Amino acid sequence: MTALLRLVLCALLALLPVQATAQEATVRIGGGDTAFLMRSTTDIAIIRPVIERFAERNPELAITYEQWGSNALFARTREDCRGDGPGADAVFSSAVQQMVWLVNAACAQPHRSAATLALPATRRWRDELWGVTTEPAVIVYNKRLLRADAVPQNRFALLDAMRARPEFYRRKIATYDIAASGLGYLFAYSDSLEATTFGGLMESFARIDAVATCCSAEIIAGVARGEYLIAYNVLGSYVSNAASPEVGVILPRDYTLFLSRAYLIPRKARRGEMAARLLDFLLSPEAQGLLLRAGLVTDLEDAETSLPPSARRAIPLSPALLVALDANRRALMLEFWRDTFEEDTLP
Amino acid sequence: MAERPPTRSLVTRVLFAVLAILFLGGLLVAGSMWLNGQTAVRRAYDQILLGAANDIAESIRILGGRPVADLPVSAFELLAQAPEDRIYYRVRGPEGEFITGLDAEMQIDGPARRGDAPVYFDARLNGEAARFIRVNRRFAERDFSGLVEIVVGQTLRARTAMMTDLMLNAILPMALAGLALVLVAWMVIRRALRPLEAITQGLSERDPHDLTPILPDRLPQELQVMIGAMNRFMGRLSDQFEGTRNLISDTAHQLRTPVAAIRVHAETAIIEPDGPARSRAMDRLLSRTRSLGTLLDQLLNRALVLHRSDSVPRAPVDLRDVALEIMERDDQGVLAPAVDLRLEIGEEPVMVRADAFSLQEAGRNLLGNAVAHGVPPVVIGAERRGAEAILWVRDQGPGPDQKILARLGERFNRNADSREGSNGIGLSIVQSVARAFGGAVEMTRDEKGFRAAIVLPTGGEGT
Repeated sequence: MTALLRLVLCALLALLPVQATAQEATVRIGGGDTAFLMRSTTDIAIIRPVIERFAERNPELAITYEQWGSNALFARTREDCRGDGPGADAVFSSAVQQMVWLVNAACAQPHRSAATLALPATRRWRDELWGVTTEPAVIVYNKRLLRADAVPQNRFALLDAMRARPEFYRRKIATYDIAASGLGYLFAYSDSLEATTFGGLMESFARIDAVATCCSAEIIAGVARGEYLIAYNVLGSYVSNAASPEVGVILPRDYTLFLSRAYLIPRKARRGEMAARLLDFLLSPEAQGLLLRAGLVTDLEDAETSLPPSARRAIPLSPALLVALDANRRALMLEFWRDTFEEDTLP
Repeated sequence: MAERPPTRSLVTRVLFAVLAILFLGGLLVAGSMWLNGQTAVRRAYDQILLGAANDIAESIRILGGRPVADLPVSAFELLAQAPEDRIYYRVRGPEGEFITGLDAEMQIDGPARRGDAPVYFDARLNGEAARFIRVNRRFAERDFSGLVEIVVGQTLRARTAMMTDLMLNAILPMALAGLALVLVAWMVIRRALRPLEAITQGLSERDPHDLTPILPDRLPQELQVMIGAMNRFMGRLSDQFEGTRNLISDTAHQLRTPVAAIRVHAETAIIEPDGPARSRAMDRLLSRTRSLGTLLDQLLNRALVLHRSDSVPRAPVDLRDVALEIMERDDQGVLAPAVDLRLEIGEEPVMVRADAFSLQEAGRNLLGNAVAHGVPPVVIGAERRGAEAILWVRDQGPGPDQKILARLGERFNRNADSREGSNGIGLSIVQSVARAFGGAVEMTRDEKGFRAAIVLPTGGEGT
C-alpha cells in the first residue's frame, strides 16, 4: 500500500512544476465566507482555471482545494465516511475503482440534474458518481526517431513491429509498472478485459525487454529525450500538458481506453448543495471547454484524433470495477506481470 | 301518496354494487399479480445472485496451499444486470479467515449454516435492504481441503424497479378495462331499467282518477306481473266505484216513484174527510209503504250481494243446502201463504265454489218471482248436469212474454206490465250473482212449465 502510494505520488510530483514537499498541496481560491473543501487527485495547476471560474461565479465561496495521492485520498475518504468527521464537500479522483468502492459502500449522496442525466451510462453510476473528464490511454512516440510510416496506429501494428524488429525496439518501449502505478494497473486490467492482444503484448514486451517504469512524466520525458521510442498506455492528458514537440500521440485505432475522472459528493458533506452546483458547473459547456484546454477532456470530433465510435472504450463507472480492487485478483495479475517482466528489466 | 325520504335510485344502487364488485375483483387480481410479480422478480434476480456466486466459486483455485479467487469479471457483469445496485461479496476459508472480498471489515453472515445447498437471505447492506446468497465449495486437494464459503449480495433497486414496472404494466390495462366495464355496466343497467323508468314516468303523469289498465306493451316479464297485478287492482277499484255509483243511481231511481205515490196517497187520506174513501186511501198507503219496504230490502240485498260477490272469499257450497235454506226461511210463505211450495233435491251433493249468502239471495229472488208471477205449485231444486251445477225454481205457468224475457235482468225494467211490489231488481241480483261466480241465468219453458235457473260451474269438495 505505501509503495503504491509513493509511486502514485511520484507521478503527481513529476507533474508539479513546483514540487510540494508534503503529500498534499493546498490552495485557497475565492474570498467568500462559505468554506468549501474539495479533495482531488488532479494537479492544481491543470485544473486551477476551472475552479477559479467557479469561484468567480460563486463569490460567496472560499474554496479549499486539496491535492492528494489517490490511495491516500481513498483511505481518508473512507475514514471520513465511517467516522463522525465532516470530511470533504467534494471528492474528485482518477482512481475510479476506488470511487466506485466508495459509492458501493454508501459513502456518497445522490444528485440529479439535467447535466448529470445527460451523461452516458458509462459515466454515471447510481446518480452518486459521475465521470467528468475524458482522457485517453495513448501510445506516445518520438517523432524524430520514428518515421511517420513506422508509427504503429494500433496494437496489432505495435505487436507486428516488435516481432519484425525486436533488436530495434529492445529496451526502447516503456509502459507503466502496474505494481507501482495505480493508473497503470487500471489500464492493464482494462486491457486484459478488452482483448486477447493483452497477452500477446505482455509476451512481446517481455521478449524485447520492454521497460516497466513509474510515472507518466518520467516516461514522457524519456520519449522526448529519445530514450524510449514508444511508450504504451500513457494518460493522454499528461502528454498534452508536457507539451513537448518531440512527442507524438497515437490513439490506438483498434480501441482506445478512455478514463473519466470521477466526482462524488460525500454523504456527510456539509456543502452538498454547493458540491452539486460545482458538479453541474464542471459538466457545463463552459467548464468542459476549460477542461478541454487543460487537456482533461478529449475532443472526439477532432479530425486528427478522430476514432471510430466502436473503438472508443470508456472505462465504465460500474460495480464491475470492484474487481480491479480485489486483493486476490490483483495479486494474480501482478504475478502474471512479474512473470512477464523479469526483475532485471526494471530500472 | 305520502312523502317518503329521498332514497338512492335503482341505477345508483346497481351501479354501486357493480363498482364494488369490480373494485374488489381488481383488488384481488392486483394482489395476486403483486404476489406473482414478487415471486417472478425474486426468482429472476436470485438466479443472477446464484450465477455470480457460482462464478466466483468456480474461480477459486488452490495456490500454494491457499485458496485464491481469481475474481471473474463475468460475475460482476452478471450483477451489473441490476446496474444501479450496490454489491457485496466475500470469500472465506474453512476457519472463517478472509480470503478476499469487498471489505474485510464488513461481515455479513446470514443464517446459521445448514448443509451445502445455496442459502438466500435478506440483510442490510450499508443501511440499504439487500438480498444475499451464500454458496459453499468443498476442496479436497493434496495441500488444502475444507469448505470455502462465498457470500454475494446486492441491494434491491433493480428488483423494486422491475416490480414497479410489472405492476404498472399490469395495473394500467386492468384499470382501463375496469373503467370500460363500469361504462358498459352503466349502459346495460340504464337500458335494463328503461321500461321501469317509463312506467314510473307514466304513473306519475297519470290522472289519479284514471283507473284504466296500463298497457303492458314490450315490458319484461317481471314487470308484466307487476303491471298485471296493478291492473287487476285498478279494475276492482273501478268496478267498486261503478257498483257504488249504480247503487246510488238505482236507489234514487227506484225510490222516486213509490215515494211520490205514498205522498199522493197520504195527501188523499188527509183530504178525504169521511170513512170509506179515507180508509181506502189508508189501505193503499199501507200497501205502498209495504212494497217500498220490500224494494228497500231488495236494493240493500243487491248492494250486499254485489259487495259480497266481490269481496267475500269463495267457499265450497252445496246447492241443495242453499235450496233447503230458502225453503226453510220461506219469506214467501209469509207473503203468500197460499202458494204450494215444494223441494226437489237428489242424494248427491251439488257443489260449487261460491258465497252461500249471495246464492240464497239469488234463489230467494227467483222463488219470489215464481210465487208472484207464476202458477203454483212452485218447485225449488238443485241438480248437476255434467260439469254444471244448477239451482232452479219452476212453476206451472207459461212464464213471462218473450219480450220481457229478453229484457230480464236489466236494471230498470219496471214497465207498464209489472205489477206493484215487483221490479227488475230481483232478476238483476240473480244475474249479478250468476256472473260473479262464473255462471249464467237460464230460462227454459217446457211442458212442465217455466223454469228459471242459475247455472254455475261445479267445484269445491265432493265433486
